[in-house]
Amino acid sequence: MLEIKGLTGGYGDQDIVKDVSFTVDKGSILGILGPNGSGKSTLMKLISGVLPAAKGDVRIDGVSVADFPAKDLARKMAVLPQLHAHAFAHTVRETISLGRYPHQSGWFSSWSEEDEQAVLQAMRLMDISHYEKTQIDRMSGGEQQRVFVAQALAQDAGILLLDEPTNHLDINHQKELLDTIKKQAIEKDLTIVSIFHDINLASMYCDQLLLLDRGQVVRIGEPHEVVREQDIETVYHTRVSNHPHPELPKPQITLLPGIEREADFHTIRAEEFQISKDMVLYESPIPLKTVSSAVVNAGSGWFRNFMNRHVDAFYNINDSVQEMSDFIELSGLKTTDTVGMMTAVQTQDAIIKEYLGPFGSVVIAVTAGVGNGVDVSKAVERTLRVGTINTWILVNGVLSDEAFIQAMITATEAKTKALQQEQVKDPLTGTIATGTSTDSCLVAATQQGEQLPYAGPITELGKLIGVGVFECTIEALKLYQQAKAKSI
Amino acid sequence: MTKNVLAYSVSLLILAGAVLLGVTVGTVSISPVVLWNPSADEAAANILWNIRMPRVILAGLVGAALAIAGAAFQGLLKNPLADPYTLGVSSGASVGAVMTLFFGISIPFLGPFTLPVMSMIGALLTMLAVMSFAKLVDRSMKMETVILTGIIFSSFLGSIISLMIALTGEELRQIIGWLLGSVSMRGWPYVRMALPFVLIGSFVLWLKRRELNAMLFGEERAQHLGVDVKKSKMTILIGGSVLTGAAVSVSGTIGFVGLVVPHMTRLLWGSDHRHVLPLSFINGAALLIVCDLVSRTIISPTELPIGVITAFIGAPVFAFIFFRQRKGGA
Repeated sequence: MLEIKGLTGGYGDQDIVKDVSFTVDKGSILGILGPNGSGKSTLMKLISGVLPAAKGDVRIDGVSVADFPAKDLARKMAVLPQLHAHAFAHTVRETISLGRYPHQSGWFSSWSEEDEQAVLQAMRLMDISHYEKTQIDRMSGGEQQRVFVAQALAQDAGILLLDEPTNHLDINHQKELLDTIKKQAIEKDLTIVSIFHDINLASMYCDQLLLLDRGQVVRIGEPHEVVREQDIETVYHTRVSNHPHPELPKPQITLLPGIEREADFHTIRAEEFQISKDMVLYESPIPLKTVSSAVVNAGSGWFRNFMNRHVDAFYNINDSVQEMSDFIELSGLKTTDTVGMMTAVQTQDAIIKEYLGPFGSVVIAVTAGVGNGVDVSKAVERTLRVGTINTWILVNGVLSDEAFIQAMITATEAKTKALQQEQVKDPLTGTIATGTSTDSCLVAATQQGEQLPYAGPITELGKLIGVGVFECTIEALKLYQQAKAKSI
Repeated sequence: MTKNVLAYSVSLLILAGAVLLGVTVGTVSISPVVLWNPSADEAAANILWNIRMPRVILAGLVGAALAIAGAAFQGLLKNPLADPYTLGVSSGASVGAVMTLFFGISIPFLGPFTLPVMSMIGALLTMLAVMSFAKLVDRSMKMETVILTGIIFSSFLGSIISLMIALTGEELRQIIGWLLGSVSMRGWPYVRMALPFVLIGSFVLWLKRRELNAMLFGEERAQHLGVDVKKSKMTILIGGSVLTGAAVSVSGTIGFVGLVVPHMTRLLWGSDHRHVLPLSFINGAALLIVCDLVSRTIISPTELPIGVITAFIGAPVFAFIFFRQRKGGA
């Protein structure tokens, strides 16, 4: 266990690190974050004893670091500095072997089997065994970095202090290195303190984070307590946005660039929609922020093209995502840039309308088929039948995350109300349907113009969505009934 | 392992060859048989054991001392241009020697040994002065501080030597001759005088071989690895200075050996100090023995100053190895 209490110190009379205290338990990793010049490396030097502390104490398992002779301390604590100097050429093996220095004693002490194993294992862990005889000055920065990490691992100390261990490494080796270190921490019960530049990496791999600013602790705690927009913005003086990691319960941040080429202002208009018997297509000159339950590119993202494709009522393909992607490419669009939906409804029957509000406008596009109307409140066994209501809400404005979700809710409520109005029934239960079994919804926004933080029914935007979806759905249903009547 | 066995075998063989040539070749050719059978030729045995052998051994000791001290200083100062003279110790030794010649000092019971003793005292005083001053400037004694202090003292002492040379009359030739370095006409007493310093100094440096390896990666890194940097630094500086002082006081300022032998050794056998130190010791001895042989035979019976020859032979050899290494790639 590593305990830091009231650590203060720096160069000469100037204290760069001021009153820093924290504790790191065995088997856990503490990440130190902070802008350039915040005192991260100085703090490391104070902990490792290279720089004498002006005030405060560093204790390893209760014993003050100052009381250890250099060699004993090196058996307890290994350090990976930020910069590496070497005057003459050394091979990888010679360099890593130096990590065994504190384990050797006496005038003639020779290389033991334990030393040999430690070196071999360190080389294996850092994936550099094949470089054993290579001169380090002929290796790339990233390879050298791995050699020095291996040197620190060969030291076989219970505490590891790392100053930007992923410096110079490509993303694969960043991950490999941090995976290895984390694994070592868990398996060998190591105590690890590491400086990070990359807040996201730190958040993913550390059990605790410490945010340092001008030599003082701003915040210390678990990643979700430290990686917060407000704190990061204050300390780093830059705009960031916080969002969850897709697979881990760890927060991640995204930089919001200060300078971006000004995109042309664009307003989505109903008449820009292209309608043919194959599809309804909207091609936007600017990417729109989109949330949808489409077939291709569902979820959230930024897209330019929006396709609602007509497919045969008997369309039955196992890999519909792949087939739909191929279709998009065949249509001369890029899959990476296109949200694709399907419907068995005649796309010429699509209802597309523009609604004006005080903030701007909303374009609603609906295709409706209700051959498989469903009353969701009756949970009965169903077989898949044809029929889909696809609802698009395209907003000229800046939507917040909440607004996207509220827009979806409002649209769904309006759709259900329309089905009720039209007395669409669930053929299985005979009750009023609330939708179909394969409905899709899409909300997209230009993210230009007015800020629209909410889209519930009491907001101007919510009202437009409610009325618009309701009207369009009813009209679409009517066209669908007419078409069905004609075909019979 | 095999590489190290090869390194030591080759180096020792060259040294043995150099010694053999050194004692047999000269104005009088001596059969090597005399080495183990003195009665074969009494006169030759006399020359061999009383003149040539001490001369060869002294040359070997001086070469070994300068080379191992150079290797340690280059490693410690992390500077490939460092040599045993970087710290100014040799200038101190020279001042002691030149002063003895200039003022014609002769300490009664020392007699002819006044010069080496004065020189040794000069070396030790300079070492103490450099260390104390460096420590006064910078408590942690960073290597840059030590190098700069050495340069300051060297230039100051150098100017004193120049002053004495400028003011001198008939001793000029003697002074210049001493400064250029020579191991001729010294005999066994000089060997006995230098031997303990060379052996102890070299042993002390060898004890610090692992610390030197660690310090090549910087003092801070060495401390991380568990080296007591301050203590090791002092030990190495003092060890190297004692060796340098001993070498200069018995032979004058012989250049090139301390700078280039460690480099040649590193180029050939790698830069691990566990081997660079002993191999430099052996190679330095061999090189100086050969150079001394050349200096006294090339335009015999006139003897050239050995310092002229070290660079004359050493530089092309070094250039050749350097070229081969860089072109060969491995």
